[in-house]
Amino acid sequence: MNMIVTTAPPATPNGTTRPQVRIVIVGHVDHGKSTLVGRLLHETGSLPEGKLDMLKAVSARRGMPFEWSFLLDALQTERDQGITIDTTQIRFRTNSRDIVLIDAPGHAEFLRNMITGASQADGAVLIIDALEGVRDQTRRHGYLLHLLGVKQVAVVVNKMDRVDFSVDRFNAISDEISAHLNGLGVTPTAVIPISARDGDGVAERTDRIGWYKGPSVVEALDRLEPARALEALPLRLPVQAIYKFDDRRIVAGRIESGNLIAGDEIVIMPAGKIARIKSVESWPVTSVASRQGAGRSVGITLDRELFIERGDIVAHAGSAPRETRRLRARIFWLHDKPLAKGDQLLVRCGPKESRATVVAIEKAVDPGELSSTENKAIGRNHVGEIDVSLSSPIATDPYTENPRTGRLVIEVSGRIAGGGLVLSVDAGQRAVPVDIVPVESALRPDERSARYRHNGAVVWLTGLPASGKSTLAKALERRLFSHGGSPILLDGDTLRAGLNSDLGFSAADRSENIRRLAEVATHLARNGHIAIVAAVSPAREDRAAARRIADTAFREIHVATPAEVCEERDPKGHYKKARAGALASFTGIGNDYEKPDAAELVIDTSKRTVAEATDEVEHMLKTTGVLFDEVVDLAANI
Amino acid sequence: MHLLKDDSAADRVSKPAPADPARAQEFSADVAPSMDHLDQLEAQSIYIFREAFARLKKIALLWSLGKDSNVMIWLARKAFFGKMPFPALHVDTGKKFPEMYRFRDHYGKEWDLDLRVEPCPPIDAVDPTLPPAARSAARKTEGLKMALAKYGFDGLIAGIRRDEEATRAKERVFSPRGLEGNWDVRDQPPEFWDHFNASPPQGAHLRIHPILHWTEADIWAYTKRENIPIIPLYLARNGKRYRSLGDQDITNPVASNASNIDEILIELEQTKVPERSGRALDHETEDAFERLRVAGYL
Repeated sequence: MNMIVTTAPPATPNGTTRPQVRIVIVGHVDHGKSTLVGRLLHETGSLPEGKLDMLKAVSARRGMPFEWSFLLDALQTERDQGITIDTTQIRFRTNSRDIVLIDAPGHAEFLRNMITGASQADGAVLIIDALEGVRDQTRRHGYLLHLLGVKQVAVVVNKMDRVDFSVDRFNAISDEISAHLNGLGVTPTAVIPISARDGDGVAERTDRIGWYKGPSVVEALDRLEPARALEALPLRLPVQAIYKFDDRRIVAGRIESGNLIAGDEIVIMPAGKIARIKSVESWPVTSVASRQGAGRSVGITLDRELFIERGDIVAHAGSAPRETRRLRARIFWLHDKPLAKGDQLLVRCGPKESRATVVAIEKAVDPGELSSTENKAIGRNHVGEIDVSLSSPIATDPYTENPRTGRLVIEVSGRIAGGGLVLSVDAGQRAVPVDIVPVESALRPDERSARYRHNGAVVWLTGLPASGKSTLAKALERRLFSHGGSPILLDGDTLRAGLNSDLGFSAADRSENIRRLAEVATHLARNGHIAIVAAVSPAREDRAAARRIADTAFREIHVATPAEVCEERDPKGHYKKARAGALASFTGIGNDYEKPDAAELVIDTSKRTVAEATDEVEHMLKTTGVLFDEVVDLAANI
Repeated sequence: MHLLKDDSAADRVSKPAPADPARAQEFSADVAPSMDHLDQLEAQSIYIFREAFARLKKIALLWSLGKDSNVMIWLARKAFFGKMPFPALHVDTGKKFPEMYRFRDHYGKEWDLDLRVEPCPPIDAVDPTLPPAARSAARKTEGLKMALAKYGFDGLIAGIRRDEEATRAKERVFSPRGLEGNWDVRDQPPEFWDHFNASPPQGAHLRIHPILHWTEADIWAYTKRENIPIIPLYLARNGKRYRSLGDQDITNPVASNASNIDEILIELEQTKVPERSGRALDHETEDAFERLRVAGYL
């Protein structure tokens, strides 16, 4: 059944733009939201021809009196149960605005759907039943609107017909809700008495509410302002991806605030590297000369080769976001299991993601209650303030400084479980280090390290095929073991036969291969072992990802044997095959090996014996805090 | 902040202004040209395409050959600067209009698409209790399931819009589909602030809807603005035109004299007849559409 009329933009050639305002309607279930929307559609002439009559006929056939809310009940199940389940987007026109109305349900069960609707809103209509008055859901939604940063709220007191259009009743409710909203820092744009069913106050004031002198609902909607002014804020371009489809290396993303133009000097956070924008790319017309403002999805090229990855932020130097591993946020929680101190999460801030630990729950509140009782955990549909520690640094702003970058969502098990506003960003705080063992293990890190006399680590050997990685890895394994340690070898080829047997040699598969190696190795490292990884791992970005995963436990060794020596060795006959053209995408011939520029150790195996090379690795592991010195002082490592 | 010292003075010299005076004027503007409604829709869709490509492993775009999916391909080419870096999948009932097949073969080449054409099973293979038009449409569901099993896509880009149909209005931008391709309306994950749920449960896939926020009029206005090729059936011939293009035997034209896009836009502005009114299946049973939707038909 097709309910919604499409609203076409004016067909005039120069196309006058009517401001578009997105609005959500919230409030307690049964207070009449659907009825109000049905009525609004009718009053603004937005219903398809014959639809009203058709629905009246359908209702009669089902033996139910016609309700205005039927106009929204598109789903079979809704008609049977009488509640609206999900958010619908409806458009109509007031005198000077294009309104996109998101009908959000009031039932607590479907709060997550309501949040999804409200989060896109520029303003809100909060509806209250005149007979029932302000309820829990009413207050809860008011609080949530505040939490989501929705500033414009028009309050509608509905079902005035059931209180005989009493001025006193209206004023009592008006005072109560205004006080609640004011306390949250929100001033309602209007408080309007209506009867959605009969039409009073929706498009016009009628005699029955003759004592009311304010705007009707349609008039109030017509006065709402779309929220903008992002242009004036500092540049924030979060990187979605780096594309190399042709000879251009394009940094792609959407400008969240500010603007940029070719020639601008920019800084890439959180690393802090500087570059200049060489060009702003586009298709089908390339190289855009004009300034690009907030809201545009762009692609830029830089004047130099830099390591950039998805999640980095491009900004202007001097107004760059702060880099941090610790932040505080005010959040709402949607997951069944309450959020508690110590919980491990995934935090997303734009395209950036980071694993995080909840360091503290500073507040946990049921927004439906008038007073906040202190809880230890934030329950489902509740809100609170939390302090999180991030395992990778994030560059972001407090919400008050930038409403686009200053918000985050929280994922649990791959699903969005909550979200909120960044209250403050604490630069310079130490993060919870990665070698703290997660709650599942029964052993403490120092118990293992006392036995093995080393901390957990990921020793990553990278280099061309036949450079000697596996040889060195095995020698290192034997050496560490003979000293009482716990080394575990993860050879790239061996894993490709098992865990990674589903992967090929495309760029994407190589990345995934490396990621899995890194994850397994990191898990071992977290549990006190020294994971020795031997893998060609030619792509710098992949190795950087591995370093991010292993964090402080990562030790990169570039086995930098010259290419000619490797080819001469050719123990598996691969070089010969590749030269004959029988082995495509073999690194070393045709595929590029990207040398590490900041490895912890560089070894050329053509210039030393295996024993000498192993000595060097051992030495590096000692000086970088992995291996303990011979005289063990346990207390020194706690 | 750890700013790297940049010592090369040469790099600090700003680029010379371009020779073209018209461009020079743009270049010196302090304020970015504002975005109109179509610019905003376009930027949002590009954002969605890039997110899908970044976060999923193996995606494809469902190409129905209609005006909506042609706009999508255009947007994808914009997002990725010229070539769509994943396949275009045409699930073919074999009953499309001949003009559509010609369009596909011509533009598949011209747009340098990685085109995969996958057939649907014959009509006797689908649920006989559905009314005839719905049955025909359900072949597509089966064809799609087969294509999914064959290629192992974890994400499919589809061109549905919220304004097309009330049940579609409840969709998410990234919407999980179960093992049977079905859609659990009640259990949709929350989606807000342009963060999408990109991890479907094991064996399931995601539908990505980059033009969910566009209206029929937006599609036409954009098609005109960008000069995107369209199938001539959309324009009036002998007082009729097709507003939407399904299989030949279940799509009927509407009365119209609109012979170009401007006229179509004026017509849309004035009419309140819904877009899909020519599609037989919407009239057959009130809940037929919902049943199809839950079963994974678009």
